[in-house]
Amino acid sequence: MKLLDRLMPSSGIRQVPKSVTIHAVLLAYTVIALFPIIVVVINAFKERRAIFRDPLGLPDSDSFTLVGFQQVLLRSDFGLYSWNSLVVTILAVGLVLLLGAMAAWALTEYKFKGNLLITFLFAMGIMIPIRLGTVSILSLMVSLDLVNTLTALVLVYIAQGLPLAVYILSEFVRTIPKELTEAARCDSVSEYKIFFCVILPLLKPAMATVAVFTMIPIWNDLWFPLILAPGEETRTITLGVQQFVGQYVTDWNSVLSALTLAIVPVLILYTIFSRQLIRGLTSGAVK
Amino acid sequence: MASVKLNNIKKRFGDVDVLHGIDLDIKDGEFVVLIGESGCGKSTLLRLLSGLEDITEGDLYIDEERVNGRSPAKRGIAMVFQSYALYPHMNVFKNMAFGLKISGKDKHFVNNKVMEAAKKLKIDHLLERLPRELSGGQRQRVAIGRAIVRDPKVFLFDEPLSNLDASLRVQTRVELGKLHQELKATVVYVTHDQVEAMTLGDKIVVMNKGRVEQVGAPLDLYHHPKTQFVAAFIGSPKMNFLTAKISQPDPENTQLVLESGRAIQACIDTSSLNKGDIVQLGLRPEHIALECEHNTVEGTVTLIEHLGELSYLYVDIGQEGEMVLKVDGDNQHQAGDKITFGIQPNRLYLFDHQGNALTRVNAHTSAAIPF
Repeated sequence: MKLLDRLMPSSGIRQVPKSVTIHAVLLAYTVIALFPIIVVVINAFKERRAIFRDPLGLPDSDSFTLVGFQQVLLRSDFGLYSWNSLVVTILAVGLVLLLGAMAAWALTEYKFKGNLLITFLFAMGIMIPIRLGTVSILSLMVSLDLVNTLTALVLVYIAQGLPLAVYILSEFVRTIPKELTEAARCDSVSEYKIFFCVILPLLKPAMATVAVFTMIPIWNDLWFPLILAPGEETRTITLGVQQFVGQYVTDWNSVLSALTLAIVPVLILYTIFSRQLIRGLTSGAVK
Repeated sequence: MASVKLNNIKKRFGDVDVLHGIDLDIKDGEFVVLIGESGCGKSTLLRLLSGLEDITEGDLYIDEERVNGRSPAKRGIAMVFQSYALYPHMNVFKNMAFGLKISGKDKHFVNNKVMEAAKKLKIDHLLERLPRELSGGQRQRVAIGRAIVRDPKVFLFDEPLSNLDASLRVQTRVELGKLHQELKATVVYVTHDQVEAMTLGDKIVVMNKGRVEQVGAPLDLYHHPKTQFVAAFIGSPKMNFLTAKISQPDPENTQLVLESGRAIQACIDTSSLNKGDIVQLGLRPEHIALECEHNTVEGTVTLIEHLGELSYLYVDIGQEGEMVLKVDGDNQHQAGDKITFGIQPNRLYLFDHQGNALTRVNAHTSAAIPF
């Protein structure tokens, strides 16, 4: 360490302003990103009048109330909505990861007719938003008799998440040395086993990245639940919250409490993936 | 263990011919080294043997059975890769056991096999470690262990030592040699390092531009290269080549003249050539002697490389260019010194204008006279 200091006496001094700048920028961004969420959370614990009187103030002994949470948990099917959201998100993310990894592996490893065409179609999927096809998706779901089912949502979200998943995972598959699969082939391992026992474990960090990217838009989506599954039994959490938003009167306590509760599951899922996510991002950057 | 036979093997990638008809016989238990410059097709040939690449034309027999089109697994081969290709998420034991487990072998059998191989390679204390926690040499052993446990008919090595540092390479090379003697396995080994080829191989196959240039025992290739390419490839430092003109063709005692007018006498049969034909004269650095009175040449030392027990002298001999001499390590010459050296007529090599070797007569070697 001493030797290093002697060799580069100025390095320590120059580092300080640089790191201050970096942290200032990051801090500013964090504040901007977290501000709306904090406003939602603190106002969820305040009385209706206090929300409007001082939207940025913390709840004190006068304004503190849990009425919103009571409303949400006791007077609505909040449990059912959360369950629906969870089922849809987990199924869709799981299938996107599995199918995405399989497609990425197939498209990068095997040469076959139509390889380029399929890659191109996936690329189109990234560029064209799936909502443009809402009308045809709805008519398709009607003819398949899938309206007001969670299956409809899962299917649409798989289609929505798959292109980007394939794109990101393909990049990672390319970084896996070809010798590994060749060694496995010499070891008389079948192609399926190579995928599940050799490739899939190595894709874990990348899959965590994809999981986060895929999960959040699905959890937050209002559009497709509203169109494809608006029934009482199949409402997701974002749609469920809407019942507190009226045309003339909005029950802000309930809306904010429901949103606060909706953050919790996605936060838990994110924490699970985040360790892997950071590894995925850095390993992609360094290698 | 098994024999391997290649019958006019060809490989084409699109329009590019990579291998132009390779014939090769590998006997049971033989250690065969494929050597050549990068891009000569040696690694491609190995991949054809392994089944990772399809054979375009020709027949491949392993153990008398034609195996064209068979998957690597069904050929009974095991391959050791240059980059080791260990599964990064499995520990050493699982890496070695993976192939056996997948093929549904009983757990007890797998354990025994892996332990036996690990003991042989002295890696039995590392079984719980992940590949990233191992040194290069240890990884190399695990890769070899993974090949051994499968009891393959043929071992294929693709430049296995090139990722190791110099001292470890020498050590591993010796261990590989011992291992081969112990296992008595048929081995095909690809390398671009002629020292590895000379030390390990029972038989060396020199390849050039997708063709087999010469096949033979290491000393055969050293003493009796069939072409100028082989002569240049085997031996270090490289053989010196000088352009010469035949002044007197002879079945035993040829007279030559160098560009500078120096006369040279060589024990080589040139009866097939005519007076005035241009040939390439080959002189191995280790055969040139400072005290020799035959075929003397004068020159100026331009550079000395000290290797300890011996030194390389780079000598400018004027019109013909520069030559390398291998001299004793105690030699006191310095750059700028004028020296005179010579070479015995029966130590010389001669190649015609197509690069084919002319027969050496009474060649100074203990090995047999050419084919």
